[in-house]
Amino acid sequence: MAERSFAKEVEKLRLGAGEEFAGEGILAITKALLQCGVGYVGGYQGAPISHLMDVLADAQDILGELGVHFEASASEATATAMLAASVHYPIRGAATFKSTVGTNVASDALANLASGGVTGGALIIVGEDYGEGSSIMQERSHAFAMKSQVWLLDPRPNLPSIVKAVEDGFELSEVSNTPVMLQVRIRCCHVHGHFTAKDNKRPPMTVADALSAPRRDTGRIVLPPASFLHEKEKVAKRWPAAVDFIRSRKINEIFGSDHGSIGIVMQGGMYNSVIRALQRLGLADTYGDTDVPLYVLNAVYPLVDDEFLTFCEGKQAVLVVEEGQPNYIEQAFAAMLHKAGRGTRLVGKEYLPMAGEYTGQVMLDGIGSFLRAEAPHLLPGEVRAPNKMGDGVDTADLVHVVPGRPPGFCIGCPERPIFAATKLVEQELGKHHIASDIGCHLFSIMPPFELGATTMGYGLGPASASAFNSPDAKRRSISFVGDGGFWHNGLTSSVGNAVFNKNDGVIVIVDNFYSAATGGQDILSSRASNKTKSTKHPITEAVKGMGVKWLRHIDRTYDVGKMQETLREALTTEEKGPKVIVASSECMLNRQRRERPVIDKAIKGGERVVKPKFGVDEDICTGDHACMRLSGCPSLSVKSLDDPLRDDPVASIDQNCVGCGNCGEVADAAVLCPSFYRADVVHNPTGWDRFLERARRAVIDLLQRRRENRRLVFADA
Amino acid sequence: MLDHNASLRPKAGAFDDERVIKLAVLAVGGQGGGVLADWITDVAERNGYVAQSTSVAGVAQRTGATIYYVEMARDTGRLPVFALSPSQGDVDILIAAELMEAGRAIMRGFVTPDRTTLITSSHRIAAVSEKIEPGDGRASSEKVHATAQAASKRLIAFDMEKIAADNGSMISASLLGALAGSDALPFTRESYEQAIGAGGRGVKASLAAFGAACDRALGVAAGPSGEKASAKPAASEAGPAAGVRGPETLLRGWRELAARVEALPAPVRDMAGRGLKKVVDYQDIAYGGEYLDRLGKAVALDTAEHGYALSIAAAKHLANAMCYDDMIRVSDLKTRSTRDRRVRKEVGVREGSILQVTEYFHPRIEEFCGTLPAGLGSYIESRPKLAAFLDRRINHGRRIRTDSFVGFGMLWFIGGLRRWRRGMLRHRVEKAHLERWYDLALGQARENYALGTEILNCRRLIKGYSDTHVRAQSKFDRVLSALPMLKGRDDAADWIRRLREAALKDEKGDMLDGALKTVATLGHGPA
Repeated sequence: MAERSFAKEVEKLRLGAGEEFAGEGILAITKALLQCGVGYVGGYQGAPISHLMDVLADAQDILGELGVHFEASASEATATAMLAASVHYPIRGAATFKSTVGTNVASDALANLASGGVTGGALIIVGEDYGEGSSIMQERSHAFAMKSQVWLLDPRPNLPSIVKAVEDGFELSEVSNTPVMLQVRIRCCHVHGHFTAKDNKRPPMTVADALSAPRRDTGRIVLPPASFLHEKEKVAKRWPAAVDFIRSRKINEIFGSDHGSIGIVMQGGMYNSVIRALQRLGLADTYGDTDVPLYVLNAVYPLVDDEFLTFCEGKQAVLVVEEGQPNYIEQAFAAMLHKAGRGTRLVGKEYLPMAGEYTGQVMLDGIGSFLRAEAPHLLPGEVRAPNKMGDGVDTADLVHVVPGRPPGFCIGCPERPIFAATKLVEQELGKHHIASDIGCHLFSIMPPFELGATTMGYGLGPASASAFNSPDAKRRSISFVGDGGFWHNGLTSSVGNAVFNKNDGVIVIVDNFYSAATGGQDILSSRASNKTKSTKHPITEAVKGMGVKWLRHIDRTYDVGKMQETLREALTTEEKGPKVIVASSECMLNRQRRERPVIDKAIKGGERVVKPKFGVDEDICTGDHACMRLSGCPSLSVKSLDDPLRDDPVASIDQNCVGCGNCGEVADAAVLCPSFYRADVVHNPTGWDRFLERARRAVIDLLQRRRENRRLVFADA
Repeated sequence: MLDHNASLRPKAGAFDDERVIKLAVLAVGGQGGGVLADWITDVAERNGYVAQSTSVAGVAQRTGATIYYVEMARDTGRLPVFALSPSQGDVDILIAAELMEAGRAIMRGFVTPDRTTLITSSHRIAAVSEKIEPGDGRASSEKVHATAQAASKRLIAFDMEKIAADNGSMISASLLGALAGSDALPFTRESYEQAIGAGGRGVKASLAAFGAACDRALGVAAGPSGEKASAKPAASEAGPAAGVRGPETLLRGWRELAARVEALPAPVRDMAGRGLKKVVDYQDIAYGGEYLDRLGKAVALDTAEHGYALSIAAAKHLANAMCYDDMIRVSDLKTRSTRDRRVRKEVGVREGSILQVTEYFHPRIEEFCGTLPAGLGSYIESRPKLAAFLDRRINHGRRIRTDSFVGFGMLWFIGGLRRWRRGMLRHRVEKAHLERWYDLALGQARENYALGTEILNCRRLIKGYSDTHVRAQSKFDRVLSALPMLKGRDDAADWIRRLREAALKDEKGDMLDGALKTVATLGHGPA
């Protein structure tokens, strides 16, 4: 079960022709796929397209009605390989994943798919995780399109344009026998907007139809001599077909005046930011109407030479707005102008930064200085020669005040105690080389834990420690991998590799029952029953099957003492080969979402329910914050006491505490202090509960009264 | 150059009627920023506006700083081109769900005095970096408040988290209320309420929080006189004699002690009164007498000229030093009826429910010996093998239920050992340590008043239990180890203060070691 349910929203997927769709970008893409008669869809979750996978998963009834097959692929490579169904059969298929990380994983399949080419439209929707909020390395998907010669669409970021791009993408794929990548940027995926729907279409050929009438064509298989022919076919047939389609269907758009001394070329995804900059410069109105000539590339690869050269006619200077680097588009356009012997000056990264997101300010500065230099007459006086920007407020001071707030483990996260235990073991045995992986557990690299030296890719944590395997070593490496990464790639690349190479390191598999960081999607080892997927396959069995001999399973990660002891044993045992610890506890975010309604209902229904919560005795806490250096839980924070005798704030646990137990366990394992307590509230107690409580209270009250009657009692003590 | 001036006319005027309103929400992951953005979009659409909202979902939502962005414009039948993220100097309304997030918005240039209405909750959610300092690592709210005032066109700041909690709702509801009350958007209060109602879940609580925040914002917006009533802590209780009950014999003793406090110089009285209460509560009347005797030594050295800083520091830190945390203290505090009531209140135990409380103890041989008679305790401690043998039996985590007969009884018994505390090993150790420190401070104070005061203040370093306590002791010793190096320097007090502050910055005292190296390079003689 995913973190966010789209059960209600997916009903919008049933909208018919002429009805207005209102919702998120992601949902609009799904609707567009159904309108295009897609035969099968699949993908791998990850921001910003996690919700696309969630929408598809929640829409399985609708997909089933239309005969559309949905696959929650094991990885991006799996998803892309699945598009092989469109190689011989005229079935439209779509795969989706996060880019560029997913594209990296997919690139083997992508290259093979692109070489043989496709018959049915094959669309790869890549969610571009670039700029603010991104959690990955900053690279471009563009390079993948170029190297495998698949086409890349980058539509303007509004719902009608994205929906149209899906439709265009399938057609483009079919006319040019080439897979098409559709790039949607992170904010565009979550943008809320409207478009006019069309009817959903049943695929003309379903995967079931294909299975009953199999086809093959040796000429489409990547093996010599066909592979040599594929390369030639790419440039001789597929490329011109694509260019013709893009030109004739006016995929790229031209706005503004058809004459003018300057112009701006941009990736479709940059359009809104360019218009905003022009609006702020007084050159465009609310609706984007402008006299500045704009050439908007909804297809950024391949480029259409004559279309661009026509746009440049009569222009002295053209600015290319291309986010990210290298500036492939700018280079290609510069070459076109040069070869055509044109005098138009092409600029881009001179005015805009080579690297980094093109934010509103960057765009305003870049386009502003381009216009000031190349066409000052266009600009209103106050823009051309602005008075000193008198914001007048010095905010430099705040830099030293406002603390950074990177993402971290959630309240009650079961991964927190794993790293608390690791930190404690390191205090005992010294620092170790720790290899991290992709997933929530990567938050260990940040305070308060500061554990982990590298992250090399999904499921590659232990693989990235594989060099650290020496008979001379006095300490072992520790590597982490999550359950998501384990099934994605880690089982073979990390665990299998460690077994085969007799790696002596310690591997901790963080099992939280979901692919949690991407939004809580189910995976092979999920404990929940899933109507359409096969779950409950234990990681321990897979690890054993791989040949691991030293295996420990911790089924409650909150047991810090046991975790610590197991890690210590793994680091010190005489046994050879990889030492694998599977640390399992359910992702608290998902657990709460699952349990809270059930518990609330049980309490309302009069059932006996025990609800835990932690607290701190503020007069026992000395305000040293040692507990927080082993926690970082948002619920455990500092609070000032209204007591001049106390200088430092004390620990305090807020109402959001879910009673996971980490505080108490850590206080015990690290021998911190006795100020934590766990308060269990028994709702709807039984008769026996109440009897016992009355008896206990009587005795306790008696003892308390006895003592308090013989001492001074202060009102505020 | 061709003359394109005529065709390429600026369109600045187009904004007047069809202006785009830009609103950004900065929140901490988990605060419900998405819900708020959805509500705002809904309100705009209900009022004949077209609106677009965007966010960056993903890992940032896991407790990190997140941003949501909404643009809206009057619906004229044509679709405006909206931007997908806020730009510096181009935001009309900035909503911050936490004070430091308002600071972050200002730093990022999203708040400008020419146009931005800044609506921020004034409450704090401490970032990890603020929490993990051994001292007080929290950022200064005052600075952010002051900058917010200057950086915004209009500032609406109050504790919206509290309003939400008081009404059993989430901060998203009270933030929406503040937005409605600010009148920064041309929409009616009813339309906001309709949007909340359409949400379907927790509507009643949300509407209550919305309403309370809306009224509060309207009040603030009405006039600058409605300044935030920062609840100043009540200026101590009415003297040390108030609010005490107990047997008459003890009360008589207490009144005598209270009279001694009243005889102290006025500036010292408040702190001495609080300190006295603490030590008497900790041990007994006689202990209070000891406290005042010790304090008297500082007062005797002190004059009004320095504002009695030395005596006030002594009053504070003597009390803390005399009330060291031992097993007796912890057991005593955990078995009081007041504690029971506090836990019930904090946890929110409702009528008909039962509370069970589990304490986490992890005693070691040190704590055990400390609670033995001094002779026996030091006998064991001086025999490592015996100590290790006993430690193996004692040194385990123990979960004790203080709502049960046995658990409560055990702690109650240990708490009762109080009357024999003076004979115990721990007391002897603590007393010796205290006297060394206090004598050192007063000795220095005779020559250098400020230095003596700072040495007293170094007591702040000693806190925590077990290993933490050992580290704290070591920091305390390291800071004072600079004294010979600082001998004769006018700025010695200042250096000790700096060293102490450095020691509170990190766990192991790395900053302190760095600072000590600096001190070592100072050289002797006149500065």
